[in-house]
Amino acid sequence: MAKIKGDIVINTERCKGCEVCIAACPFTVIAMSKDVNSKGYHFAMKVNDECTGCTNCAVVCPDGVITVYRAKVTTE
Amino acid sequence: MGELRLMKGNEAIAEAAIRAGCDGYFGYPITPQSEVMEYLMAEKPFERTGMVVLQAESETASINMVYGGAGTGKMVMTSSSSPGISLMQEGISYMAGAELPGLIVNVVRGGPGLGTIQPSQADYFQAVKGGGHGDYHMLVLAPASVQEMCDHVKLGFDLAFKYRTPVMILSDGAIGQMMEKVVLFDQIPRRTDEQIIEQCPWASNGRPASRDHHIITSLDLDPAGQERVNLKLQAKYKTMEENETRYEEINCEDAEYIFVAFGLAARICQKATDLARAKGIKVGLFRPITLFPFPAQEVAFIGNRVKGILVVEMNAGQMIEDVKLSVGCRVKIEHYGRFGGIIPSPDEVVRALEKQIIGG
Amino acid sequence: MEEQFEKIEIRKPENIVYKKTDLLVDRPLSYCPGCGHGTVHRMLMEVLEEMNIYEKTIGVSPVGCSVLAYDFLNIDMIGAAHGRAPAVATAVKRLWPDHFVFTYQGDGDLAAIGTAETIHACNRGENFTIIFINNGIYGMTGGQMAPTTLPGMRSSTSPYGRDVPTMGHPLKITELVAQLPGVHFVTRQAVHTPGNVRKTKKALRKAFELQKENKGVAFVEVVSNCNSGWKMTPVQANKWMEEHMFPFYPLGDIKVDGKLVEKKEMVDKE
Repeated sequence: MAKIKGDIVINTERCKGCEVCIAACPFTVIAMSKDVNSKGYHFAMKVNDECTGCTNCAVVCPDGVITVYRAKVTTE
Repeated sequence: MGELRLMKGNEAIAEAAIRAGCDGYFGYPITPQSEVMEYLMAEKPFERTGMVVLQAESETASINMVYGGAGTGKMVMTSSSSPGISLMQEGISYMAGAELPGLIVNVVRGGPGLGTIQPSQADYFQAVKGGGHGDYHMLVLAPASVQEMCDHVKLGFDLAFKYRTPVMILSDGAIGQMMEKVVLFDQIPRRTDEQIIEQCPWASNGRPASRDHHIITSLDLDPAGQERVNLKLQAKYKTMEENETRYEEINCEDAEYIFVAFGLAARICQKATDLARAKGIKVGLFRPITLFPFPAQEVAFIGNRVKGILVVEMNAGQMIEDVKLSVGCRVKIEHYGRFGGIIPSPDEVVRALEKQIIGG
Repeated sequence: MEEQFEKIEIRKPENIVYKKTDLLVDRPLSYCPGCGHGTVHRMLMEVLEEMNIYEKTIGVSPVGCSVLAYDFLNIDMIGAAHGRAPAVATAVKRLWPDHFVFTYQGDGDLAAIGTAETIHACNRGENFTIIFINNGIYGMTGGQMAPTTLPGMRSSTSPYGRDVPTMGHPLKITELVAQLPGVHFVTRQAVHTPGNVRKTKKALRKAFELQKENKGVAFVEVVSNCNSGWKMTPVQANKWMEEHMFPFYPLGDIKVDGKLVEKKEMVDKE
């Protein structure tokens, strides 16, 4: 069965932890890390496998730190 | 030999701009220089050469249009008179900071404030010492005839691009308004966009994929960076001082006294020289043509040979400070000035020489 | 750490559906977390990239928070004095008429110190795009009252709230310029949700397309947040913006094809 599968990669060093992406995600894929980056910001991170690659998070991210992947995958 | 015409000084500025291959003029009406834009609009250089002429909403907008055009490498100018030039100081300072070439014509009238519409030289300090904020200079040319109004436009653009600096023509209401014969130089074609891109490799006129982007700015938030900008500007001014001082000496070879005067005042002094010599007073005239860089060495050389110097200006004594700094204290240096649009007569200049220098 | 959720590896170049455009310089933006400037920068560059016009585009940046926009936008830029960007852009466009020219300005720059330059460039019908970021405050200088600060809104120079009788009314400059015959397209957008970001990008695309037709000014306002100046978290600021800014500065097209859009929301509900 073919299924749309998404994934995101967050440039955590450039993330400023504004959290705008969290509200933009329809599947609660993103949450804030307890760790901080070298600038001291808590950064956004992917916390589950529900991503559909809708690009909402990346589009709304002011710092453009999210890259989105999407592919049709077949599962048996 | 170029074309001979009878023209107003302001008209000569405009015609010379077209012929120099100027790409754009941006201005705002003010007496006594409104003929510059009037002539341009009537002459339709947009049809003759493709030059843009635009009446802006203010002098502030005009100078910022010049800043914008210059930032793309185009040959652009504005003209105004004293109160309008005061409004332009912001843009001139930004041009100096961003190292942009451009020509600013000041047809000076009496001040301060709204002052008068009659000729004056009271903007010497503003033109020569900076005018706007920050450590900078414009290269300042002081024409004394309609012919020089014409010639200084071409010279001004050449120097502006040579040094990437704003250049001012410091004229006055009399030279702007009076009519004289002038030999116009032949039309120089405007540069093509391709030539501009080649000649101005610093300009912002569209980034091809093959190079980094260009940024025109006068901002550097890093103090070390801003100090570097200032040092670069100061080095440039020093080079100008070494290479670009221009002046004229009349009857100075045997002179016991000299007048030092620029622009219109120099013309009056030239007549005063003749009158004084008829009375047996050996007086000469030293006329700075560049006010910045000031011909300091030359005036010092001649000044230290004579018994006294009368600096004649249509202001309360501005260039005299540069004369004193150049010549030093061994020679008597006095100022004679009229203000508010009064032009001194050659007779009164001779009387001032006799009273303040010879008899004093 | 993220890998533990990933059963099927799809992180391959051919599967990329969104990444930051290379027309943004690869360096951290100087803006505060959550600030809309970064999003507008990115949409602007995406439009230039998609239209393939970046080589023939000259941008004019302002004084204010986005004074350093020229560091981030990887196209030729000219930094203007405070408020003077429309005058600068006027000369640039007239001298390079086959190029695309835009100004990028904040509310203090465009609607206070640069009001004359804005109105007159618009009234002359200059063929460039004005991008106006309205966050109702002077962000760069530390949150002072702006021409667009709402009545009662606190700022560092209206610490008890904007008092209209003494401090004057907020200026709806966008509605003002829409009245001018030289202005062809006026719209007000936002970038705080994915849907709004996409609409803003569409508006920017339209604005740049119009430059090809020499129809006059295209004016795109983006109502944005200033969480630092408003003293809120980015998420709170976006909510506050929806509740307070949007009623006063309603989103949507204001002038299309040179004609004012008739709208009920446009009636002032103060």
